[in-house]
Amino acid sequence: MTTILQSESPADRFREQPSFRVAARVRGLSDRTIAWLFIAPTIALLLAINIFPLIWMIRLSFTSLNLSMSYLPLRFVGLDNFSDILTDEDVWLRLQTTARFVVCSVALQVVVGFGLALLINRQFRGHSFWTTMILLPMMLSPAVVGNFWTLLFQPQIGPFNSLVGLFTGAAPSSFSMTGEVALAPWTIVLVDTWMWAPYVMLICLAGLRSIPDYIYEAAEVHRASPWRQFWSITLPMTLPFLMLAVLFRAIENFKMFDMVNLLTAGGPGSTTELVSITLKRLAFEKWRTGYSSALAIILFVTVFGAANIYVKVLNKVKQR
Amino acid sequence: MSSVAKSTAHSIVEASPRVKTFAGMIVVLYALIAILPLVWITATAFKSQSDAIAYPPKIIFQPTLEGYVNLFTVRTRQTRDFIANLPPASTWYDKLVRQHDMVIAGPSKVVPRFVNSLVIGFGSTFLAVFLGTLSAYAFSRFRIPLADDLLFFILSTRMMPPVAVAIPIYLMYRELNLTDTRLGMILLYTAVNVSLAVWLLKGFIDEIPREYEEAALVDGYTRLQAFRKVVLPQAVTGIAATAIFCLIFSWNEYAFAVLLTSGDAQTMPPFIPFIIGEGGQDWPAVAAATTLFVIPIVLFTILLRKHLLRGITFGAVRK
Repeated sequence: MTTILQSESPADRFREQPSFRVAARVRGLSDRTIAWLFIAPTIALLLAINIFPLIWMIRLSFTSLNLSMSYLPLRFVGLDNFSDILTDEDVWLRLQTTARFVVCSVALQVVVGFGLALLINRQFRGHSFWTTMILLPMMLSPAVVGNFWTLLFQPQIGPFNSLVGLFTGAAPSSFSMTGEVALAPWTIVLVDTWMWAPYVMLICLAGLRSIPDYIYEAAEVHRASPWRQFWSITLPMTLPFLMLAVLFRAIENFKMFDMVNLLTAGGPGSTTELVSITLKRLAFEKWRTGYSSALAIILFVTVFGAANIYVKVLNKVKQR
Repeated sequence: MSSVAKSTAHSIVEASPRVKTFAGMIVVLYALIAILPLVWITATAFKSQSDAIAYPPKIIFQPTLEGYVNLFTVRTRQTRDFIANLPPASTWYDKLVRQHDMVIAGPSKVVPRFVNSLVIGFGSTFLAVFLGTLSAYAFSRFRIPLADDLLFFILSTRMMPPVAVAIPIYLMYRELNLTDTRLGMILLYTAVNVSLAVWLLKGFIDEIPREYEEAALVDGYTRLQAFRKVVLPQAVTGIAATAIFCLIFSWNEYAFAVLLTSGDAQTMPPFIPFIIGEGGQDWPAVAAATTLFVIPIVLFTILLRKHLLRGITFGAVRK
């Protein structure tokens, strides 16, 4: 049994089972008390660690607070930070870099991940062992991954360039994956795909396995070609799963900080400076807290809005 | 879509043996290439300093434990005469270090960092799973006003870029003296993990038939007793899987750790890239640290195989 994005709310299910009211008559704490007792600590923690700081940040985003000059009195500047950011050419460039990274890496992960899922779904001998092997990279710490890929990409001592040299005949020290403006954006896409293609694969595999056999059997009876079967059965029926994977990956990659910060630190120049890295520089190196709070809020609203629209589309696809 | 048949091999559409072999070969090839970086790092941990930075990169080399020794120790360079006048090396690692004209000056910071990772990881996991189990049970079994909105709110806290979250947390922790403390990191990681825990555990608890509890209630258990003696034992697998996911998150987390800790509470991920020897990064030691850091994750991945899908999609996709 496979379910995707439960639409059924707990309340619906409660209504389905009226016999459950038996509980109300039982001695001890009332159900309502228990319900709130059980939820309150979680909500309290989230209020303290997430919501309170968020509100504080919203307040700060209207100020010119700079922590390296915190002796200055707190000055409210209204929406200046927001208008500064939205007219700042650099910020737009960083957002473009981020968008390109998100689109390229997610697209590549979909191609590789879906391809692998199709192959694994053929259920050859030992497929479950090899699936686990393939899944390993996505469980690792992105920071540690970014760090050890810098060794692999070292022009002379790293094995990557030697391997490329072996196949293309190029001298291993003639190019640098992390140091060249033309290559660095592709380097972060490559490492991100290495890490996260298995993620897309795993979700697609669940999608493929949810397609009942009788549909394929009917297609066989009607002599539909494998090509036709793929386009009219496999792909449409896996689509909700694929879109879910794309949603999760797009959000995660939009937030990307750790792996890229250690692999290229935004360099060379600012060719791989994703918006999270910009934010870190503004907030924790230049200490422009007011300005960076405003940027953080813009980013959050962007992710949140995009995710909401996407989930709506996803639900439509699911209902078809 | 929601209730479809199990996955059995396609009967008349089962792939032919030739197709299977072909598919298998490509997948195995991909897996081998994907694993190669990990193999290289594990091997680098056993290289000597000069083998690790050799050009062209060495595939065959004399294995040594130098990397591991360097990881755990701080060494100072001494003159040959000085070393010759020392009493003979008492341990194998003393001997190894002296071959390079160095003596061990003391332990490195790796053990405290590892302990930090463990304490913060287990502390936040325990708290998140504890809070998550209670909330998940309430969301699963009781009518809660605005339940869907609350659940979505809990999830939405995960959508913030960590760097953005860190800005106000940094200010708040500075006021509360929680910067660079284990307690601060445990609270922060608990807040991040609790959303995952609630969503995953709600899925697991939804799957436990209500009839069990009802029977217990009819038998005279109170609601709390029924929760403790009937639901919890049934949910053990789900709780364990959730705990491992939380542990992996805290173990791997970097952004908060690097922005909010600098010493006392620093965990492994921000520490590993800064293991330096004479003249730059000490690659064998970095590789050794990476290997030790990654081994638990590999074991957990194998343990979690069945629940992996659920965990990475916040319970949205189940098998």
